Amino acid sequence: MTKLRINQRDFDIRAADDTPLLWVLRDELGLTGTKYGCGKALCGACTVFVDGQAVRSCTLPHAALSGKEITTIEGVDSEESRAVQAAWLEIDVAQCGYCQSGQILAAAALLARNRNPSDDDIDHAMDGNICRCATYVRIRAAIHRAAELLA
Amino acid sequence: MSTGVVKLKRREFMKYGLAAGGSLTLGVGLAGAAAAAGTDSAKANSFVPNVFIRIDKDSAVTVIAKHLEMGQGIYTGLSTLVADELDADWSQIRVEGAPADTARYNNLGWGAYQGTGGSSSMRSGFLQMRRAGASARAMLINAAAGAWQVPASEITITKGQITHTASGRTATFGDMAVAAAAESVPQDVVLKDPVDFVYIGHDVARVDKSPKVDGSAIYTQDLRLPGMLTALVAHPPRFGGTVKSFDASAAKLVDGVTTVVQIDSGIAVVAENFWAAQQGRDALIVKWDESHAFRGSSDDILAQYRALASQPGKVARRDGNIEAAFAAADKIVEAAYEFPYLAHATMEPLNCIAQVSERGCELWYGAQLQTGDQQDVAAALELDVDKVTINMLYAGGSFGRRADRNGGYVVEAARIAKAVGSNRPVKLVWTREDDMRGGAYRPLNYHIVRGGIDATGRITAWQHRIVGQSILTGTSFSQGPEVVDRTTVEGASSLPYAIANVTVDVHNPAIPVPVLWWRSVAHSHTAFSTETFFDELAYTLGQDPLALRLALLSHDKRKQEVLRLAAARAGWDKPLPKGRGRGIALHEAFKTCVAEVVEVSANSDGTFSVDKVTAAVDCGIAVNPDIVAAQMQGSIGFGLSAALGDEITITDGIVQQSNFDTYPVLRMSQMPRVDVHVVPSSADPTGVGEPGLPPIAPAVANAMFAATGKRYHRLPLQYTAQS
Repeated sequence: MTKLRINQRDFDIRAADDTPLLWVLRDELGLTGTKYGCGKALCGACTVFVDGQAVRSCTLPHAALSGKEITTIEGVDSEESRAVQAAWLEIDVAQCGYCQSGQILAAAALLARNRNPSDDDIDHAMDGNICRCATYVRIRAAIHRAAELLA
Repeated sequence: MSTGVVKLKRREFMKYGLAAGGSLTLGVGLAGAAAAAGTDSAKANSFVPNVFIRIDKDSAVTVIAKHLEMGQGIYTGLSTLVADELDADWSQIRVEGAPADTARYNNLGWGAYQGTGGSSSMRSGFLQMRRAGASARAMLINAAAGAWQVPASEITITKGQITHTASGRTATFGDMAVAAAAESVPQDVVLKDPVDFVYIGHDVARVDKSPKVDGSAIYTQDLRLPGMLTALVAHPPRFGGTVKSFDASAAKLVDGVTTVVQIDSGIAVVAENFWAAQQGRDALIVKWDESHAFRGSSDDILAQYRALASQPGKVARRDGNIEAAFAAADKIVEAAYEFPYLAHATMEPLNCIAQVSERGCELWYGAQLQTGDQQDVAAALELDVDKVTINMLYAGGSFGRRADRNGGYVVEAARIAKAVGSNRPVKLVWTREDDMRGGAYRPLNYHIVRGGIDATGRITAWQHRIVGQSILTGTSFSQGPEVVDRTTVEGASSLPYAIANVTVDVHNPAIPVPVLWWRSVAHSHTAFSTETFFDELAYTLGQDPLALRLALLSHDKRKQEVLRLAAARAGWDKPLPKGRGRGIALHEAFKTCVAEVVEVSANSDGTFSVDKVTAAVDCGIAVNPDIVAAQMQGSIGFGLSAALGDEITITDGIVQQSNFDTYPVLRMSQMPRVDVHVVPSSADPTGVGEPGLPPIAPAVANAMFAATGKRYHRLPLQYTAQS
């Protein structure tokens, strides 16, 4: 049994040690804001924070994460994430919405290390997060808007 | 534009009923007991069949949406229509997905069929939903008039507040809900003059925005019902394969696996959770009978199509005399086009929750074809159709995929749930690999287009032949083999230009690779061949491609307008530096006209980029201009993905792609700047979800020609830098 700290709460996890964090979050803890999209760390829908870093939870065995601070879309509450979510609402980014938790966490992680990203910075930071609705134009605009809100 | 008094047909007369909890319900007055929208108050109410609106005592206005919300914004769109005619405040609006109920929630454009597709929701629901709102408004006013003993004509409603100015009285919708329920249904409702619209034509916030930003929106993948199990299916690796035998002993040893069961489509591994189901499926040993399996390749299919294209096909359009026109032509130009199979690759892979009990089969998912799914599940499980109930959830994209052939994955979920038994709900999940390798695809297509130019420089002949699988054949939508399959030829047979002699014909060979409608269906390839070939003819004639389009569209002002608008906003006449190019394309799909101007850079290192897209769209009244813009942006991105990289190939019957590493969908760094311009219109709305897609690939190819001097005849585009 692994102890995990998620969204500032402690959990005893029953799942087998090799179970990826994604399925612990979704199937054991009911934190379904983190999405399954590819299972191979190729699409970014499963993005969460581990010790503040944006990582892909679908290929990350959860047992290796004991003692680390895990944050999902349900618990994210940083200055950057609040600005990103406000900008997302203002610009009406989401269409189907399925990839958006991952997009929002990736965007917040970008702003945490770069408060004034250029389009190129955004392209580079967000290229791992696929949106089949192609909301990319608005994601780009919303990240710039979030940067303004943070300024 | 329909305004003023609208006479309701008898079957559309609306009736009120007082729901439990003081709800005012409004709907078409058909007797019955089908639960509406799955709400407790509605379920407790015997008057609820076919409601579109429910007004609760707290003044919340719940719109019952009969269409699937898959990202296109239809929950917001339908609510906008209701809210405007009802004069509700936007903050009062809630939305619930309607249950499957063909008699009450049919798509008015599809006859007795409930479903979402063909960019039809807004154009088919525009008057229906407005009438629903207007009728509810009239009854609230009548109730207030009765309560206050004043003439109804003196009562107004603004932003959800009912007011009698002379007496200074005001009330909320909730205050009048009980009284309004006792009012008779107006036989005529007065719809607003468009100048009085407060929401239609203005940007209102999407109703689904907050849950999609905080992670709380519930998709099928997220719903967890008590006692629910998760199932993955081992499908045959080749289309047409079947199970010969299987050994589940190792699979059953996986902790959490509860059942391994054979169904029609393969072997289902059922477990307590996804991870166990996947581990179990990995451990499963299946021997496949491939004696009837497809072992061909996409290259073989293309070769077969090339051979077929030398023979005349079934005629979809014939104007004038193409043979005589070619015989008299001064110059003939010909080009052949190749389009691959394409996967939809929705971000939420296919899934469906089914529970089979003595009451029937209950389903939870994002249904796109409720009526067909109900019928197909009923047939598979030998149930009456009304024993198949559907609870609607958000869909994480569809692009046509969730409108599966003959029930497809929905029937699969129902069969598994029946096999599992014990009344336990089962969530079927297709993994990304299942989704990409299991079909159903946009068909592979081969086109030949020939153009004839006479001695005076006029285009006198246009012959377009298409070879591709029929999407409709074998589905309930098929009109029989003698009818030309519009899902293969649409967009080609509707060539808009003034050319005297036109023939469009088609071959629909049978190939055992499952195919399906994919965002914009045939327009996804017909627009490419028609619009790049037209461009080729323009350059052959030494004419500006925009000018020639305008000249041959003097009969169609709407198309001229979108062309002019896109060109003007894009700066069509401004020269670009060497290595860059600008291209234009025009297409009408789902009754909407879109023109797109694209700028590209073709680099000496063999890369190229799409830098900027300027789109002009005429979709009638843009009910929500911001959502129209979003759909244009999204369609452009989806089409660009196919133009730049997407391709499903088959070798020895095996699909070669399986995930996003081998099927490289569009990413952020490839997304150009997109400017969308909406043509002001007072015409009724036309399609929005798909029409932005068809022009993008031809506009890119035309721009690449302008940049490189080379024509591109296959998708995805393959650019090789000239040394």
